[in-house]
Amino acid sequence: MSEAQTASTAGTAADTAGQADSVRQAGTARVKRGMAEMLKGGVIMDVVNAEQARIAEDAGAVAVMALERVPADIRAQGGVARMSDPDMISEIIGAVSIPVMAKARIGHFVEAQVLQALGVDYVDESEVLTPADPHHHIDKWSFTVPFVCGATNLGEALRRIAEGAAMIRSKGEAGTGEVSNAVVHMRTIRAEIGRLSTLPTEELYAAAKELRAPVELVAEVARLGRLPVVLFTAGGIATPADAALMMQLGADGVFVGSGIFKSGDPARRARAIVEATTMFNDPDVLVKVSRGLGEAMVGINVSELPPSARYADRGW
Amino acid sequence: MSGPRIGILALQGDVREHARALTDAGAVPVAVRRESELAEVDGLVLPGGESTTIGRLLRVFELLDPLRAKVAAGLPVFGSCAGMILLARDVVDGRPDQPLIGGLDMVVRRNAFGRQVDSFEADLDVVGVPGPPVHAVFIRAPWVEKAGGAVEVLARVAEAPVAVRQGSLLATAFHPELTGDFRVHRLFVDVVRSSGFGR
Repeated sequence: MSEAQTASTAGTAADTAGQADSVRQAGTARVKRGMAEMLKGGVIMDVVNAEQARIAEDAGAVAVMALERVPADIRAQGGVARMSDPDMISEIIGAVSIPVMAKARIGHFVEAQVLQALGVDYVDESEVLTPADPHHHIDKWSFTVPFVCGATNLGEALRRIAEGAAMIRSKGEAGTGEVSNAVVHMRTIRAEIGRLSTLPTEELYAAAKELRAPVELVAEVARLGRLPVVLFTAGGIATPADAALMMQLGADGVFVGSGIFKSGDPARRARAIVEATTMFNDPDVLVKVSRGLGEAMVGINVSELPPSARYADRGW
Repeated sequence: MSGPRIGILALQGDVREHARALTDAGAVPVAVRRESELAEVDGLVLPGGESTTIGRLLRVFELLDPLRAKVAAGLPVFGSCAGMILLARDVVDGRPDQPLIGGLDMVVRRNAFGRQVDSFEADLDVVGVPGPPVHAVFIRAPWVEKAGGAVEVLARVAEAPVAVRQGSLLATAFHPELTGDFRVHRLFVDVVRSSGFGR
């Protein structure tokens, strides 16, 4: 796997001419992956307008995800789900000081180009939107902006990393408020990593074949005992206890989609989920932050969803 | 003989990377989330992360005043990126209510180099770090906008100070914990050793 593209990323402010210091390199793998390292232990919240973005920032979110409809509404209203309106994304970028992420459809590299030009800090190539390409994900190495992608298992995570993803999140089942799929995906990824760590070198080649992932990446995971990028969780987290559960299962941080702004008291729930993510191992704090939050989002039982309504099956 | 116990503020951010760097530099890293844990360290690292998030959690978990008191009493502290912001007297382009610990007589500009697409790597000469230049990783990084006379500038990018020291407080706008070159952490461990704080 090559390092990301180097230097010469035209059009970035970092390339100011006449520097006394050495050449600056933007858009490298280290800069992209490092950005995700800085989000660890934090909560990234879905927001659909500037007001929600401010509530998220006030609550201590480490970043916001700008999108037109939260996954629960995409489910309820149907239709094709696409990248958000640039005006809406720019308004959110202007409203907060924390990083702003936005979603592009799987394989829709032009939506990703638009998001990069808008100045978003991370692109989520997301199964929550209607996929644009049933066969190919975006070549993420060719961008300066970093990407996060969803995964249900280790092979899928490594294929995305091979394409240039600088951060992985469990897919879960977005817009349901039901955490079971996020649990299954996180446990699966962790178990598969654990198994790789026990294999002798000569068995890593067959493991790579089974995982349908490059052997270099498989060997790196076996050596590190974790992914070479940050692993967040997403898809169905609705309560502080859900967030702490996913952190105890080994997530580096939490995405909350519909769970906050589809609940009775978004500001309070947002604060509670942030505090639970930090103190995920402290039941006394979890009791305190779980009190008096009002209605959680109503949610949908994942087992009642027909296969065609399962976003986690999108992508390969 | 074991090295100094150096806490890493573990409310949010790249705690694991600092732990690895401190271990490599001969210290014993300890996660700090509570006042009781803060009481037992010889030095403290404020990691990279989101300064608004960490600031809010410092307030919620009642660490802000104890930390200020420790800094005033001479606790050696090293902050990278968000940690540099937290050590500043004031911040430009932050949030108006953003809590800071303070200690370094400087004003920093948040996200001074731009958004993530402007984040970069570059080689820097850092005063006090012998050998070849330090390969520095800047991620939505701040810079020092204004510094008092007591603040020593250790490195600059395009005129702007990006590494500073005042007594036993050290701050970098970049992330020495991300590169595998832990000379800046060694410098901090030396600061902790020579400060004699808590001994």
